Amino acid sequence: MNNNQLFRLAIYVLLFVGCALMFLPVLAMISTALKSMPEVYAPEPTLIPESFHFENFYKALFDSAASYRPFNFLPALKNTVGVTLLNIIGNLVSCSVVAWGFARYPCRWNKPLFIVMLSAMMLPAIILSIPTFVLFVKYFGWYDTLYPLWVPSFFATHAFFIFLLHGFFKAIPESLIEAARIDGCSEIGIFSRVAVPLSKPALMVVAVFTFIWTWNDFFTPLLYLEDESKFTFAIALQKFVRGSQGSIFGRQWNLLMAANIVVTIPIVALFFAAQRYFVEGISLTGVKQ
Amino acid sequence: MPDNKRVATLNLQRRNTRYFFLFISPWLVGFVVFVLGPMLSSIYLSFTKYSISDPPRWVGLDNYDVIFKGWEPSFYNSVEVTIVYSLLAVPLGILIALLAALLLNVEQIKGMSYYRTVFFLPSLLPAVATTITWAFVFNPKYGYLNAVYSALVDGDGPDWLMEHTLGCLVMIAIWGFGNTMMIFLAGLQDVPKSLLEAATVDGANIWQRFVHVTIPAIFPVIFFNLVVGVIGSFQVFTQAFVLRDIGTGQINQKAVFFYVLNIYENAFQNGRFGLACALAWILMMAILSLTLVQFYLKKRWAPDDE
Repeated sequence: MNNNQLFRLAIYVLLFVGCALMFLPVLAMISTALKSMPEVYAPEPTLIPESFHFENFYKALFDSAASYRPFNFLPALKNTVGVTLLNIIGNLVSCSVVAWGFARYPCRWNKPLFIVMLSAMMLPAIILSIPTFVLFVKYFGWYDTLYPLWVPSFFATHAFFIFLLHGFFKAIPESLIEAARIDGCSEIGIFSRVAVPLSKPALMVVAVFTFIWTWNDFFTPLLYLEDESKFTFAIALQKFVRGSQGSIFGRQWNLLMAANIVVTIPIVALFFAAQRYFVEGISLTGVKQ
Repeated sequence: MPDNKRVATLNLQRRNTRYFFLFISPWLVGFVVFVLGPMLSSIYLSFTKYSISDPPRWVGLDNYDVIFKGWEPSFYNSVEVTIVYSLLAVPLGILIALLAALLLNVEQIKGMSYYRTVFFLPSLLPAVATTITWAFVFNPKYGYLNAVYSALVDGDGPDWLMEHTLGCLVMIAIWGFGNTMMIFLAGLQDVPKSLLEAATVDGANIWQRFVHVTIPAIFPVIFFNLVVGVIGSFQVFTQAFVLRDIGTGQINQKAVFFYVLNIYENAFQNGRFGLACALAWILMMAILSLTLVQFYLKKRWAPDDE
Protein backbone atom coordinates (compact mmCIF):
# COMPACT_ATOMS: atom_id res chain seq x y z
CA MET A 1 0.00 0.00 0.00
CA ASN A 2 1.42 3.37 -0.90
CA ASN A 3 1.11 6.58 1.09
CA ASN A 4 -1.88 7.87 -0.81
CA GLN A 5 -3.89 4.69 -0.31
CA LEU A 6 -3.05 4.67 3.38
CA PHE A 7 -4.23 8.28 3.62
CA ARG A 8 -7.55 7.42 1.93
CA LEU A 9 -8.06 4.44 4.20
CA ALA A 10 -7.49 6.63 7.26
CA ILE A 11 -10.02 9.16 5.92
CA TYR A 12 -12.64 6.44 5.43
CA VAL A 13 -12.05 5.11 8.94
CA LEU A 14 -12.38 8.59 10.44
CA LEU A 15 -15.53 9.28 8.43
CA PHE A 16 -17.04 6.02 9.56
CA VAL A 17 -16.21 6.57 13.23
CA GLY A 18 -17.49 10.16 13.05
CA CYS A 19 -20.76 9.08 11.50
CA ALA A 20 -21.21 6.36 14.13
CA LEU A 21 -20.69 8.89 16.94
CA MET A 22 -23.06 11.39 15.36
CA PHE A 23 -25.69 8.77 14.71
CA LEU A 24 -25.52 7.03 18.08
CA PRO A 25 -27.99 9.28 19.96
CA VAL A 26 -30.46 9.03 17.08
CA LEU A 27 -30.13 5.27 17.14
CA ALA A 28 -30.65 5.30 20.92
CA MET A 29 -33.83 7.32 20.38
CA ILE A 30 -35.23 4.93 17.77
CA SER A 31 -34.23 1.81 19.64
CA THR A 32 -35.62 2.95 23.00
CA ALA A 33 -38.89 4.01 21.37
CA LEU A 34 -39.44 0.43 20.23
CA LYS A 35 -38.58 -1.33 23.49
CA SER A 36 -40.88 -2.68 26.17
CA MET A 37 -40.60 -1.11 29.62
CA PRO A 38 -38.68 -4.06 31.19
CA GLU A 39 -36.19 -3.81 28.35
CA VAL A 40 -35.78 -0.04 28.74
CA TYR A 41 -34.87 -0.67 32.36
CA ALA A 42 -32.55 -3.60 31.66
CA PRO A 43 -29.06 -2.98 33.07
CA GLU A 44 -27.31 -3.40 29.69
CA PRO A 45 -29.03 -1.30 27.01
CA THR A 46 -28.99 -2.83 23.54
CA LEU A 47 -29.06 -0.98 20.24
CA ILE A 48 -31.50 -3.44 18.68
CA PRO A 49 -34.59 -4.25 20.75
CA GLU A 50 -35.39 -7.89 21.54
CA SER A 51 -38.90 -7.39 20.27
CA PHE A 52 -40.33 -4.42 18.43
CA HIS A 53 -43.16 -2.61 20.22
CA PHE A 54 -44.64 -0.36 17.57
CA GLU A 55 -47.69 0.08 19.80
CA ASN A 56 -45.53 2.50 21.83
CA PHE A 57 -46.27 5.10 19.18
CA TYR A 58 -50.00 4.58 19.51
CA LYS A 59 -49.71 4.72 23.31
CA ALA A 60 -47.63 7.89 23.29
CA LEU A 61 -49.76 9.76 20.79
CA PHE A 62 -53.32 8.62 21.37
CA ASP A 63 -53.72 6.57 24.54
CA SER A 64 -54.26 9.13 27.28
CA ALA A 65 -54.46 6.41 29.94
CA ALA A 66 -50.94 5.18 29.17
CA SER A 67 -49.24 8.04 30.99
CA TYR A 68 -49.80 10.30 33.92
CA ARG A 69 -50.45 13.19 31.54
CA PRO A 70 -50.99 12.60 27.81
CA PHE A 71 -48.76 14.04 25.09
CA ASN A 72 -51.72 15.80 23.46
CA PHE A 73 -50.55 14.94 19.99
CA LEU A 74 -53.41 16.15 17.79
CA PRO A 75 -53.84 19.66 19.26
CA ALA A 76 -50.06 20.14 19.31
CA LEU A 77 -49.82 19.01 15.68
CA LYS A 78 -52.53 21.45 14.66
CA ASN A 79 -50.95 24.35 16.59
CA THR A 80 -47.40 23.67 15.42
CA VAL A 81 -48.35 23.33 11.76
CA GLY A 82 -50.57 26.41 11.94
CA VAL A 83 -47.98 28.60 13.63
CA THR A 84 -45.23 27.35 11.31
CA LEU A 85 -47.26 28.08 8.17
CA LEU A 86 -48.23 31.54 9.40
CA ASN A 87 -44.59 32.33 10.17
CA ILE A 88 -43.52 31.19 6.72
CA ILE A 89 -46.15 33.36 5.05
CA GLY A 90 -45.36 36.28 7.35
CA ASN A 91 -41.61 36.15 6.81
CA LEU A 92 -41.89 35.60 3.05
CA VAL A 93 -44.24 38.53 2.51
CA SER A 94 -42.86 41.06 4.98
CA CYS A 95 -39.13 40.37 4.59
CA SER A 96 -39.25 40.33 0.79
CA VAL A 97 -41.23 43.57 0.56
CA VAL A 98 -38.86 45.31 2.97
CA ALA A 99 -35.76 43.90 1.30
CA TRP A 100 -37.05 45.21 -2.04
CA GLY A 101 -37.45 48.67 -0.59
CA PHE A 102 -33.87 48.64 0.72
CA ALA A 103 -32.46 47.12 -2.46
CA ARG A 104 -34.12 49.24 -5.12
CA TYR A 105 -35.03 52.70 -3.86
CA PRO A 106 -31.89 54.68 -3.04
CA CYS A 107 -32.54 57.78 -0.98
CA ARG A 108 -30.81 59.45 1.91
CA TRP A 109 -32.71 57.39 4.49
CA ASN A 110 -31.82 54.09 2.90
CA LYS A 111 -28.33 53.41 4.19
CA PRO A 112 -28.73 54.63 7.79
CA LEU A 113 -31.91 52.62 8.28
CA PHE A 114 -30.30 49.55 6.72
CA ILE A 115 -27.50 49.75 9.29
CA VAL A 116 -30.05 50.20 12.09
CA MET A 117 -31.88 47.11 10.84
CA LEU A 118 -28.72 44.98 10.73
CA SER A 119 -27.48 46.08 14.14
CA ALA A 120 -30.77 44.96 15.69
CA MET A 121 -29.62 41.40 14.89
CA MET A 122 -26.99 41.74 17.61
CA LEU A 123 -29.48 42.18 20.46
CA PRO A 124 -29.82 39.10 22.67
CA ALA A 125 -33.38 37.76 22.45
CA ILE A 126 -33.81 37.81 26.22
CA ILE A 127 -33.47 41.61 26.41
CA LEU A 128 -36.46 42.15 24.18
CA SER A 129 -38.47 39.23 25.52
CA ILE A 130 -39.31 40.81 28.89
CA PRO A 131 -40.82 44.11 27.69
CA THR A 132 -42.41 42.34 24.73
CA PHE A 133 -44.05 39.98 27.21
CA VAL A 134 -45.45 42.96 29.12
CA LEU A 135 -46.71 44.48 25.87
CA PHE A 136 -48.39 41.31 24.63
CA VAL A 137 -49.83 40.18 27.93
CA LYS A 138 -50.80 43.42 29.60
CA TYR A 139 -51.72 45.64 26.67
CA PHE A 140 -52.81 43.18 23.97
CA GLY A 141 -54.26 40.51 26.28
CA TRP A 142 -52.43 37.77 24.38
CA TYR A 143 -51.48 35.49 27.28
CA ASP A 144 -52.29 31.87 26.51
CA THR A 145 -53.01 32.61 22.86
CA LEU A 146 -50.98 31.72 19.78
CA TYR A 147 -50.73 35.35 18.56
CA PRO A 148 -47.31 36.08 20.12
CA LEU A 149 -45.94 33.11 18.19
CA TRP A 150 -46.77 34.41 14.72
CA VAL A 151 -47.95 38.02 14.55
CA PRO A 152 -44.41 39.52 14.78
CA SER A 153 -43.33 37.60 11.68
CA PHE A 154 -45.64 39.80 9.58
CA PHE A 155 -43.57 42.85 10.57
CA ALA A 156 -40.21 41.79 9.15
CA THR A 157 -38.66 41.01 12.53
CA HIS A 158 -36.02 38.67 11.05
CA ALA A 159 -33.25 40.98 9.92
CA PHE A 160 -31.18 38.07 8.62
CA PHE A 161 -33.82 37.22 6.02
CA ILE A 162 -34.08 40.85 4.90
CA PHE A 163 -30.31 40.91 4.53
CA LEU A 164 -30.32 37.70 2.50
CA LEU A 165 -33.12 38.80 0.15
CA HIS A 166 -31.58 42.27 -0.15
CA GLY A 167 -28.44 40.73 -1.63
CA PHE A 168 -30.52 38.72 -4.05
CA PHE A 169 -32.67 41.65 -5.18
CA LYS A 170 -29.63 43.86 -5.72
CA ALA A 171 -28.33 41.35 -8.25
CA ILE A 172 -31.39 41.67 -10.52
CA PRO A 173 -30.26 43.69 -13.57
CA GLU A 174 -31.57 47.26 -13.72
CA SER A 175 -32.37 46.85 -17.43
CA LEU A 176 -34.98 44.22 -16.63
CA ILE A 177 -36.73 46.55 -14.22
CA GLU A 178 -36.54 49.50 -16.63
CA ALA A 179 -38.06 47.34 -19.34
CA ALA A 180 -40.98 46.42 -17.09
CA ARG A 181 -41.41 50.08 -16.13
CA ILE A 182 -41.52 51.14 -19.79
CA ASP A 183 -44.09 48.44 -20.46
CA GLY A 184 -46.29 50.25 -17.96
CA CYS A 185 -45.77 47.97 -15.00
CA SER A 186 -46.45 49.63 -11.65
CA GLU A 187 -43.78 49.64 -8.93
CA ILE A 188 -45.69 47.03 -6.95
CA GLY A 189 -46.16 45.04 -10.16
CA ILE A 190 -42.39 45.10 -10.79
CA PHE A 191 -41.84 43.67 -7.34
CA SER A 192 -44.52 40.99 -7.48
CA ARG A 193 -44.25 39.99 -11.15
CA VAL A 194 -40.56 40.52 -11.93
CA ALA A 195 -38.56 40.32 -8.69
CA VAL A 196 -40.43 37.62 -6.79
CA PRO A 197 -40.46 35.00 -9.57
CA LEU A 198 -36.73 35.60 -10.15
CA SER A 199 -35.89 35.10 -6.48
CA LYS A 200 -37.43 31.72 -5.83
CA PRO A 201 -34.22 30.12 -4.48
CA ALA A 202 -33.70 32.89 -1.91
CA LEU A 203 -37.37 32.76 -0.90
CA MET A 204 -37.01 29.01 -0.44
CA VAL A 205 -34.09 29.57 1.93
CA VAL A 206 -36.30 31.93 3.96
CA ALA A 207 -39.18 29.45 4.00
CA VAL A 208 -37.04 26.49 4.97
CA PHE A 209 -35.24 28.26 7.82
CA THR A 210 -38.48 29.75 9.11
CA PHE A 211 -39.95 26.25 9.18
CA ILE A 212 -37.07 24.86 11.26
CA TRP A 213 -36.81 27.80 13.66
CA THR A 214 -40.55 27.97 14.32
CA TRP A 215 -40.99 24.21 14.62
CA ASN A 216 -38.10 23.94 17.09
CA ASP A 217 -38.76 27.14 19.02
CA PHE A 218 -39.12 26.47 22.72
CA PHE A 219 -38.67 29.85 24.38
CA THR A 220 -41.65 31.79 22.99
CA PRO A 221 -44.28 29.07 23.59
CA LEU A 222 -42.81 28.54 27.06
CA LEU A 223 -43.45 32.19 27.92
CA TYR A 224 -46.95 32.50 26.57
CA LEU A 225 -48.77 29.17 26.57
CA GLU A 226 -50.52 27.84 29.63
CA ASP A 227 -53.37 25.61 28.49
CA GLU A 228 -52.50 22.23 27.02
CA SER A 229 -54.83 22.72 24.07
CA LYS A 230 -52.62 25.63 22.93
CA PHE A 231 -49.29 23.81 23.13
CA THR A 232 -46.91 23.47 20.22
CA PHE A 233 -44.74 20.36 19.89
CA ALA A 234 -41.67 21.76 21.63
CA ILE A 235 -43.58 22.66 24.77
CA ALA A 236 -45.81 19.57 24.67
CA LEU A 237 -42.67 17.42 24.59
CA GLN A 238 -41.15 19.22 27.55
CA LYS A 239 -44.35 18.74 29.57
CA PHE A 240 -44.45 15.10 28.52
CA VAL A 241 -41.13 14.60 30.32
CA ARG A 242 -43.18 14.78 33.50
CA GLY A 243 -46.31 13.36 31.92
CA SER A 244 -44.56 10.14 30.93
CA GLN A 245 -44.32 9.04 34.55
CA GLY A 246 -46.98 6.65 35.70
CA SER A 247 -45.62 3.16 35.32
CA ILE A 248 -44.27 0.91 38.05
CA PHE A 249 -40.79 1.21 36.56
CA GLY A 250 -40.64 4.98 36.55
CA ARG A 251 -40.41 7.31 33.57
CA GLN A 252 -41.65 5.68 30.37
CA TRP A 253 -38.64 6.50 28.26
CA ASN A 254 -40.01 4.43 25.39
CA LEU A 255 -43.14 6.59 25.06
CA LEU A 256 -41.06 9.73 25.49
CA MET A 257 -38.72 8.64 22.69
CA ALA A 258 -41.68 7.76 20.46
CA ALA A 259 -42.98 11.31 20.93
CA ASN A 260 -39.45 12.62 20.24
CA ILE A 261 -39.36 10.76 16.94
CA VAL A 262 -42.73 12.07 15.82
CA VAL A 263 -41.67 15.66 16.51
CA THR A 264 -38.30 15.16 14.79
CA ILE A 265 -39.39 13.35 11.60
CA PRO A 266 -40.87 16.41 9.80
CA ILE A 267 -37.55 18.24 10.24
CA VAL A 268 -35.61 15.31 8.79
CA ALA A 269 -38.06 15.04 5.90
CA LEU A 270 -37.80 18.75 5.20
CA PHE A 271 -34.03 18.54 5.24
CA PHE A 272 -33.93 15.80 2.63
CA ALA A 273 -36.53 17.54 0.47
CA ALA A 274 -34.75 20.89 0.54
CA GLN A 275 -31.13 20.01 1.24
CA ARG A 276 -29.55 22.49 -1.14
CA TYR A 277 -31.37 25.46 0.39
CA PHE A 278 -29.91 24.66 3.79
CA VAL A 279 -26.41 24.57 2.40
CA GLU A 280 -26.96 27.83 0.51
CA GLY A 281 -28.44 29.60 3.51
CA ILE A 282 -25.71 28.58 5.92
CA SER A 283 -22.90 29.33 3.49
CA LEU A 284 -24.36 32.82 3.17
CA THR A 285 -24.24 33.44 6.93
CA GLY A 286 -20.51 32.81 6.91
CA VAL A 287 -19.78 34.85 3.83
CA LYS A 288 -21.52 37.97 5.03
CA GLN A 289 -18.76 38.92 7.45
CA MET B 1 -33.72 72.09 -20.90
CA PRO B 2 -31.46 71.85 -17.83
CA ASP B 3 -34.45 72.95 -15.79
CA ASN B 4 -36.48 70.04 -17.08
CA LYS B 5 -33.64 67.71 -16.21
CA ARG B 6 -33.46 69.00 -12.68
CA VAL B 7 -37.21 68.58 -12.30
CA ALA B 8 -36.88 65.01 -13.56
CA THR B 9 -34.15 64.15 -11.03
CA LEU B 10 -36.14 65.77 -8.28
CA ASN B 11 -39.17 63.75 -9.27
CA LEU B 12 -37.10 60.59 -9.32
CA GLN B 13 -35.75 61.33 -5.87
CA ARG B 14 -39.21 62.03 -4.54
CA ARG B 15 -40.54 58.87 -6.12
CA ASN B 16 -37.69 56.80 -4.68
CA THR B 17 -38.22 58.18 -1.19
CA ARG B 18 -41.95 57.56 -1.39
CA TYR B 19 -41.62 53.96 -2.56
CA PHE B 20 -38.75 53.30 -0.18
CA PHE B 21 -40.91 54.14 2.81
CA LEU B 22 -43.91 52.35 1.33
CA PHE B 23 -41.96 49.10 0.94
CA ILE B 24 -40.11 49.22 4.25
CA SER B 25 -43.21 50.23 6.24
CA PRO B 26 -43.78 46.74 7.72
CA TRP B 27 -40.25 46.82 9.10
CA LEU B 28 -40.62 50.39 10.41
CA VAL B 29 -43.73 49.40 12.37
CA GLY B 30 -42.13 46.14 13.51
CA PHE B 31 -38.92 47.85 14.52
CA VAL B 32 -40.66 50.47 16.65
CA VAL B 33 -43.11 48.01 18.27
CA PHE B 34 -40.93 44.90 18.67
CA VAL B 35 -37.37 46.24 18.92
CA LEU B 36 -36.95 49.94 19.72
CA GLY B 37 -39.90 50.21 22.11
CA PRO B 38 -39.02 47.06 24.08
CA MET B 39 -35.35 48.04 24.19
CA LEU B 40 -36.03 51.47 25.64
CA SER B 41 -38.61 50.18 28.09
CA SER B 42 -36.28 47.44 29.25
CA ILE B 43 -33.62 50.07 30.08
CA TYR B 44 -36.26 52.00 31.98
CA LEU B 45 -37.64 48.88 33.73
CA SER B 46 -34.14 47.92 34.86
CA PHE B 47 -34.25 50.98 37.16
CA THR B 48 -37.62 50.03 38.63
CA LYS B 49 -39.36 47.48 40.78
CA TYR B 50 -42.00 45.98 38.56
CA SER B 51 -44.23 42.95 38.84
CA ILE B 52 -46.54 43.50 35.83
CA SER B 53 -49.66 43.75 38.05
CA ASP B 54 -48.60 46.96 39.81
CA PRO B 55 -47.18 49.99 37.98
CA PRO B 56 -43.36 50.16 37.92
CA ARG B 57 -41.78 52.02 40.85
CA TRP B 58 -38.52 53.91 40.26
CA VAL B 59 -35.69 52.57 42.45
CA GLY B 60 -32.67 54.05 40.72
CA LEU B 61 -29.64 51.79 40.69
CA ASP B 62 -31.02 49.46 43.38
CA ASN B 63 -31.42 46.47 41.06
CA TYR B 64 -27.82 46.68 39.90
CA ASP B 65 -26.70 47.17 43.49
CA VAL B 66 -28.62 44.08 44.62
CA ILE B 67 -27.12 42.04 41.79
CA PHE B 68 -23.48 43.02 42.20
CA LYS B 69 -23.52 42.85 46.00
CA GLY B 70 -24.63 39.26 45.66
CA TRP B 71 -28.05 39.72 47.26
CA GLU B 72 -29.61 38.18 44.19
CA PRO B 73 -28.61 34.70 45.33
CA SER B 74 -28.01 33.05 41.97
CA PHE B 75 -26.18 35.78 40.08
CA TYR B 76 -22.55 34.82 40.74
CA ASN B 77 -23.28 31.12 40.44
CA SER B 78 -25.01 31.60 37.08
CA VAL B 79 -22.17 33.80 35.82
CA GLU B 80 -19.66 31.14 36.79
CA VAL B 81 -21.65 28.33 35.17
CA THR B 82 -22.06 30.31 31.96
CA ILE B 83 -18.41 31.37 31.74
CA VAL B 84 -17.03 27.89 32.48
CA TYR B 85 -19.40 26.40 29.91
CA SER B 86 -18.41 29.03 27.38
CA LEU B 87 -14.70 28.44 27.94
CA LEU B 88 -15.18 24.72 27.33
CA ALA B 89 -17.82 24.65 24.62
CA VAL B 90 -16.64 27.43 22.31
CA PRO B 91 -12.99 26.44 21.71
CA LEU B 92 -13.76 22.72 21.68
CA GLY B 93 -16.73 23.25 19.38
CA ILE B 94 -14.68 25.32 16.94
CA LEU B 95 -11.76 22.90 16.97
CA ILE B 96 -13.91 19.83 16.36
CA ALA B 97 -16.04 21.60 13.75
CA LEU B 98 -12.89 22.65 11.89
CA LEU B 99 -11.42 19.14 12.04
CA ALA B 100 -14.71 17.69 10.78
CA ALA B 101 -14.88 20.26 7.99
CA LEU B 102 -11.32 19.37 6.92
CA LEU B 103 -12.28 15.71 6.92
CA LEU B 104 -15.42 16.38 4.89
CA ASN B 105 -13.47 18.51 2.43
CA VAL B 106 -11.14 15.70 1.27
CA GLU B 107 -11.57 15.28 -2.45
CA GLN B 108 -12.63 12.21 -4.39
CA ILE B 109 -14.26 10.32 -1.54
CA LYS B 110 -17.23 8.17 -2.48
CA GLY B 111 -20.54 9.14 -0.86
CA MET B 112 -19.18 12.34 0.66
CA SER B 113 -22.59 14.07 0.51
CA TYR B 114 -23.99 11.33 2.76
CA TYR B 115 -21.24 11.78 5.32
CA ARG B 116 -21.84 15.54 5.27
CA THR B 117 -25.54 14.97 5.89
CA VAL B 118 -24.92 12.75 8.91
CA PHE B 119 -22.53 15.31 10.44
CA PHE B 120 -24.81 18.26 9.75
CA LEU B 121 -28.31 16.99 10.44
CA PRO B 122 -28.18 16.80 14.29
CA SER B 123 -27.82 20.58 14.49
CA LEU B 124 -31.24 21.03 12.89
CA LEU B 125 -33.19 18.68 15.14
CA PRO B 126 -35.51 20.12 17.83
CA ALA B 127 -33.41 20.91 20.92
CA VAL B 128 -36.08 19.65 23.30
CA ALA B 129 -36.17 16.23 21.61
CA THR B 130 -32.40 15.84 21.36
CA THR B 131 -31.82 16.96 24.95
CA ILE B 132 -34.33 14.40 26.24
CA THR B 133 -32.58 11.73 24.20
CA TRP B 134 -29.18 12.71 25.56
CA ALA B 135 -30.54 12.66 29.11
CA PHE B 136 -31.36 9.01 28.60
CA VAL B 137 -27.98 8.29 27.02
CA PHE B 138 -26.36 9.84 30.13
CA ASN B 139 -28.56 7.87 32.56
CA PRO B 140 -26.14 6.20 35.00
CA LYS B 141 -28.01 2.89 35.29
CA TYR B 142 -29.79 2.33 31.99
CA GLY B 143 -28.04 4.71 29.63
CA TYR B 144 -25.84 3.96 26.63
CA LEU B 145 -22.84 5.98 27.71
CA ASN B 146 -22.19 3.86 30.76
CA ALA B 147 -22.81 0.68 28.78
CA VAL B 148 -19.91 1.76 26.57
CA TYR B 149 -17.96 2.83 29.65
CA SER B 150 -18.24 -0.53 31.41
CA ALA B 151 -17.38 -2.31 28.17
CA LEU B 152 -14.14 -0.32 27.88
CA VAL B 153 -13.25 0.19 31.54
CA ASP B 154 -14.05 -2.39 34.17
CA GLY B 155 -16.62 -1.20 36.68
CA ASP B 156 -19.62 1.11 36.79
CA GLY B 157 -19.49 4.44 35.05
CA PRO B 158 -20.02 7.77 36.80
CA ASP B 159 -23.35 9.53 37.27
CA TRP B 160 -22.72 11.87 34.37
CA LEU B 161 -25.57 14.35 34.86
CA MET B 162 -24.82 14.64 38.58
CA GLU B 163 -21.03 14.74 38.54
CA HIS B 164 -20.20 16.11 35.11
CA THR B 165 -23.23 18.28 34.39
CA LEU B 166 -21.44 20.91 32.35
CA GLY B 167 -19.52 18.20 30.51
CA CYS B 168 -22.85 16.71 29.41
CA LEU B 169 -24.02 20.08 28.12
CA VAL B 170 -20.75 20.63 26.28
CA MET B 171 -21.14 17.22 24.68
CA ILE B 172 -24.68 18.03 23.52
CA ALA B 173 -23.41 21.33 22.11
CA ILE B 174 -20.52 19.71 20.26
CA TRP B 175 -22.85 17.10 18.81
CA GLY B 176 -24.86 19.98 17.32
CA PHE B 177 -21.81 21.58 15.68
CA GLY B 178 -23.28 21.22 12.17
CA ASN B 179 -23.83 24.92 11.61
CA THR B 180 -20.28 25.90 12.51
CA MET B 181 -18.96 23.03 10.44
CA MET B 182 -20.91 24.04 7.33
CA ILE B 183 -19.58 27.59 7.59
CA PHE B 184 -16.05 26.20 7.83
CA LEU B 185 -16.72 23.93 4.87
CA ALA B 186 -17.90 26.89 2.78
CA GLY B 187 -14.75 28.75 3.84
CA LEU B 188 -12.47 25.84 2.97
CA GLN B 189 -13.99 25.57 -0.47
CA ASP B 190 -13.06 29.19 -1.10
CA VAL B 191 -9.37 28.63 -0.33
CA PRO B 192 -7.67 29.20 -3.71
CA LYS B 193 -6.50 25.87 -5.14
CA SER B 194 -3.66 27.58 -6.96
CA LEU B 195 -2.20 28.69 -3.63
CA LEU B 196 -2.24 25.15 -2.23
CA GLU B 197 -0.70 23.78 -5.41
CA ALA B 198 2.01 26.42 -5.39
CA ALA B 199 2.85 25.47 -1.82
CA THR B 200 3.04 21.79 -2.80
CA VAL B 201 5.39 22.64 -5.65
CA ASP B 202 7.56 24.55 -3.18
CA GLY B 203 7.83 21.35 -1.15
CA ALA B 204 5.41 22.14 1.70
CA ASN B 205 3.96 19.07 3.40
CA ILE B 206 0.32 18.68 4.39
CA TRP B 207 0.82 20.25 7.85
CA GLN B 208 2.77 23.22 6.47
CA ARG B 209 0.11 23.78 3.83
CA PHE B 210 -2.53 23.73 6.58
CA VAL B 211 -0.72 26.17 8.86
CA HIS B 212 0.62 28.58 6.23
CA VAL B 213 -2.05 28.51 3.54
CA THR B 214 -5.37 27.18 4.82
CA ILE B 215 -5.45 28.81 8.27
CA PRO B 216 -4.64 32.34 7.04
CA ALA B 217 -7.13 31.93 4.20
CA ILE B 218 -9.99 30.92 6.49
CA PHE B 219 -9.01 33.23 9.35
CA PRO B 220 -12.09 35.47 8.86
CA VAL B 221 -14.32 32.38 9.03
CA ILE B 222 -12.68 31.19 12.25
CA PHE B 223 -13.15 34.65 13.69
CA PHE B 224 -16.81 34.74 12.63
CA ASN B 225 -17.48 31.35 14.25
CA LEU B 226 -15.70 32.48 17.41
CA VAL B 227 -17.78 35.66 17.77
CA VAL B 228 -21.04 33.87 17.01
CA GLY B 229 -20.06 30.98 19.26
CA VAL B 230 -19.37 33.21 22.27
CA ILE B 231 -22.63 35.11 21.79
CA GLY B 232 -24.53 31.82 21.53
CA SER B 233 -22.85 30.19 24.51
CA PHE B 234 -23.84 33.12 26.73
CA GLN B 235 -27.48 32.52 25.86
CA VAL B 236 -27.87 28.77 26.44
CA PHE B 237 -31.38 28.13 27.64
CA THR B 238 -33.39 25.26 26.18
CA GLN B 239 -30.89 22.45 26.87
CA ALA B 240 -30.37 23.62 30.46
CA PHE B 241 -34.09 24.06 31.03
CA VAL B 242 -35.00 20.62 29.72
CA LEU B 243 -32.15 18.84 31.51
CA ARG B 244 -33.12 20.52 34.78
CA ASP B 245 -36.68 19.37 34.24
CA ILE B 246 -35.65 15.74 33.73
CA GLY B 247 -35.62 15.32 37.46
CA THR B 248 -34.47 16.35 40.87
CA GLY B 249 -31.92 13.99 42.29
CA GLN B 250 -30.76 13.02 38.81
CA ILE B 251 -28.98 16.20 37.90
CA ASN B 252 -26.84 18.81 39.61
CA GLN B 253 -29.35 21.69 39.70
CA LYS B 254 -26.77 24.33 40.51
CA ALA B 255 -24.53 23.38 37.61
CA VAL B 256 -27.28 23.86 34.99
CA PHE B 257 -28.37 27.21 36.33
CA PHE B 258 -27.26 29.26 33.34
CA TYR B 259 -27.44 33.03 33.22
CA VAL B 260 -30.48 33.22 30.94
CA LEU B 261 -32.25 30.62 33.07
CA ASN B 262 -31.77 32.95 36.03
CA ILE B 263 -33.26 35.86 34.06
CA TYR B 264 -36.19 33.66 33.06
CA GLU B 265 -36.87 32.57 36.65
CA ASN B 266 -36.65 36.09 38.03
CA ALA B 267 -39.02 37.52 35.44
CA PHE B 268 -41.48 34.84 34.51
CA GLN B 269 -41.56 32.69 37.64
CA ASN B 270 -41.08 35.24 40.40
CA GLY B 271 -42.45 38.37 38.74
CA ARG B 272 -39.30 40.44 39.33
CA PHE B 273 -39.36 42.11 35.93
CA GLY B 274 -37.22 45.09 36.91
CA LEU B 275 -34.44 42.96 38.34
CA ALA B 276 -34.62 40.63 35.33
CA CYS B 277 -34.23 43.58 32.95
CA ALA B 278 -31.14 44.71 34.87
CA LEU B 279 -29.72 41.18 34.58
CA ALA B 280 -30.49 41.18 30.84
CA TRP B 281 -28.67 44.48 30.34
CA ILE B 282 -25.64 43.21 32.22
CA LEU B 283 -25.62 40.26 29.80
CA MET B 284 -25.98 42.62 26.85
CA MET B 285 -23.03 44.70 28.04
CA ALA B 286 -20.93 41.58 28.63
CA ILE B 287 -21.66 40.29 25.13
CA LEU B 288 -21.04 43.68 23.54
CA SER B 289 -17.72 44.25 25.29
CA LEU B 290 -16.50 40.73 24.62
CA THR B 291 -17.35 41.12 20.94
CA LEU B 292 -15.50 44.45 20.81
CA VAL B 293 -12.47 42.88 22.54
CA GLN B 294 -12.48 40.10 19.95
CA PHE B 295 -12.57 42.61 17.09
CA TYR B 296 -9.72 44.53 18.72
CA LEU B 297 -7.62 41.38 19.10
CA LYS B 298 -8.39 40.42 15.53
CA LYS B 299 -7.01 43.74 14.35
CA ARG B 300 -3.82 43.21 16.36
CA TRP B 301 -3.20 39.58 15.58
CA ALA B 302 -4.75 38.97 12.21
CA PRO B 303 -2.32 37.86 9.51
CA ASP B 304 -1.49 41.06 7.61
CA ASP B 305 -2.43 40.25 4.10
CA GLU B 306 -4.29 43.42 3.36
